[in-house]
Amino acid sequence: MKDERKIKENKETRRSFLKKTALATTFATMSACGSDTSWDEFFQKYFRTLSREEKNQIIKRLENKYSEKYGKKFSVSAKGPIDNTLFGYALDVSRCIGCRKCVYACVNENNQSRDPQIHWIRVLEMEKEKGIDFAHSNDQYNPELVPEEGHFYLPVACQQCDNPPCVKVCPVKATWKEKDGITVVDYNWCIGCRFCMAACPYGARHFNWGEPDIPEEKVNPKTHYYGNRPRNKGVVEKCTFCIQRVREGLYPSCVEICPVGARKFGNLLDPDSEIRYILKHKRVMILKEELNTQPKFYYFY
Amino acid sequence: MTFIKFIKESFKVILKGNKWYYSWVGMLLVMFFWGGSGYLHQLKHGLSVTNMQDSISWGFYIGNFTFFVGVAAAAILLVIPAYIYNWKPVKEITIFGEILAVSAVIMALLFVVVDVGGPFRLWHMIPVIGVMNIPASLLTWDSIALNLYFILNLFIVTYLLYTHFRKKEYNKKLFNPLILLSIPMAISIHTVTAFLYNGLAARPYWNSALLAPKFIASAFCSGPAVLLILFQILKKTTKFEIKKEAIWKIAELMAYSMFIYLFFFFSEIFKEIYSGTHHLIYLKYLFLGIGEYNDLVIYAWLSIIFSIIAFFLFLIPKTRKNVVTLNIGAILIFIGVYIEKGIALITPGFSPDVLGQLYIYRPSMTELKTSLMIFSLGFLIFTFMTKVAVEIIFKNMNINNIKGDKINTT
Repeated sequence: MKDERKIKENKETRRSFLKKTALATTFATMSACGSDTSWDEFFQKYFRTLSREEKNQIIKRLENKYSEKYGKKFSVSAKGPIDNTLFGYALDVSRCIGCRKCVYACVNENNQSRDPQIHWIRVLEMEKEKGIDFAHSNDQYNPELVPEEGHFYLPVACQQCDNPPCVKVCPVKATWKEKDGITVVDYNWCIGCRFCMAACPYGARHFNWGEPDIPEEKVNPKTHYYGNRPRNKGVVEKCTFCIQRVREGLYPSCVEICPVGARKFGNLLDPDSEIRYILKHKRVMILKEELNTQPKFYYFY
Repeated sequence: MTFIKFIKESFKVILKGNKWYYSWVGMLLVMFFWGGSGYLHQLKHGLSVTNMQDSISWGFYIGNFTFFVGVAAAAILLVIPAYIYNWKPVKEITIFGEILAVSAVIMALLFVVVDVGGPFRLWHMIPVIGVMNIPASLLTWDSIALNLYFILNLFIVTYLLYTHFRKKEYNKKLFNPLILLSIPMAISIHTVTAFLYNGLAARPYWNSALLAPKFIASAFCSGPAVLLILFQILKKTTKFEIKKEAIWKIAELMAYSMFIYLFFFFSEIFKEIYSGTHHLIYLKYLFLGIGEYNDLVIYAWLSIIFSIIAFFLFLIPKTRKNVVTLNIGAILIFIGVYIEKGIALITPGFSPDVLGQLYIYRPSMTELKTSLMIFSLGFLIFTFMTKVAVEIIFKNMNINNIKGDKINTT
């Protein structure tokens, strides 16, 4: 009996030893290839299912890493969803003037790479005569002054679908929908296969094709694990409604910056919220309704 | 420890050869290392050295992946007619089919490895130590299917050669069910691979129920095309005796599946053109080009024209039985299917993108070099395995006449 257990234990330690050896070999190859990933980072387990203690350790490690890299004191929050909250967004198409202030406010708040350039919000210029017609839209418009005659503007970012096709396809569950309706990515678990990018009908997902570059003086040190903390190359990122802000009771930064007040945000479960008022009183639509993605991002006019 | 001897002898066989063999292997090695320098470059700088970007987020790698899954699947499908028509030699046909399947599936898997942003994080996909998104993610299914298929075929071919080496009869009770299992597995790997694209409602170009049937039909042309040429070479250079009728039958079957493929293709074209919805734009991008965005047009037409010519060459008995036209047909079909999956499948899914913007995608030098690395590695594996198989089956290499042993005993 005793011997049997011993053999079993031996077997198990041998197996875990083999596992570790295999991973260690990969790690060695990796460092040889010039990757700056640390040992702990490579071995980091699936964050979502870790205990609070383990999560705290990871957060500590990340805070130190970022603080050292950018010369600023970083905070990485892992704050969970607030009870009885389901975030929704509404955008007044008739007010938007296409100034792209939201695009750059988002870049600054969320530490998107400046080179290669990543924008979570894409603003499409549409012809008034054609209505919402992607095939005749233009995202490279660049006039002296906006809005341009005969045009209107449609900013598109993550639609925070209730039925997100991107989550379904991820082979390693590195992305999922949180209780408050925000779809997030664990940048340390994403393998960079980009299946989610192929699945997203709104072009909301973006990939770090190269090592992200954020100037030290511009980096935002107040971050969230699932949100705007600095990313590595080779992972996918997306709009999180500024998870680091909205879970603290602030508005997303695109809502705050919008000079014409076209952007509205709030709790869909609160009957007295502004977003509920809009849904009740305005003519509201969603993009690509036929795909049954059930966005929580509404356009109204 | 006969198995160790078997492996040792196999390595000896791989190292020996005539000058043609050495120059072929040498060329592949040079290409492998030159191409490999491209991959190292990519590892260091990330996928920014490719010409993929957010809107065209898959490219040459994933196209090649799809193509080689098809070759891997079809190599085994050839086993079915071999059994049905009782071609002699069934076992040899099976062995070479398996070797092609193993090499092609390695290439397919490697094309995924070089495509991901975090190749060192791929352990997240491994059962038990990683996390699997079952049953939702088709990519999880595909990686399971491809890896099982790889293990199964490697096992079958090693087992067959090993028993041959030991001069023993193979265990039919063990072997026949495995061979039978490999047939539905072959269908499943290509079906699941088609479902990767097929299931994406965001991409109308792929979101057609005919995609998987089309994949299988065209794969049944490209895989046998390789074997058709290999069998003729083996027949000339070794004691491999395949009946002419068998070769003709393969070509005839390829004509039928090419017909099915073309039928599916034209059904899709009809539906898109006649209904004339917004989705027509992807076909327009592929076959006519939209303004300056027209660099796929030539490939799209070549693929269809080659496929149709090959279809007629294989359909008409006279051209099917003529060595020259037969081989022209095999090459045309191979190119046609390569373009269909390697080049014309991926980009039109992404351009115009989901928000209607148009893009041009051409693989970068790094992508071409990295792909060359995988091609040459696949060819090397195929060459080595074929060499060992030829030695064991036709040149009577076996446990009893290993040279080293003879010297020891005398």
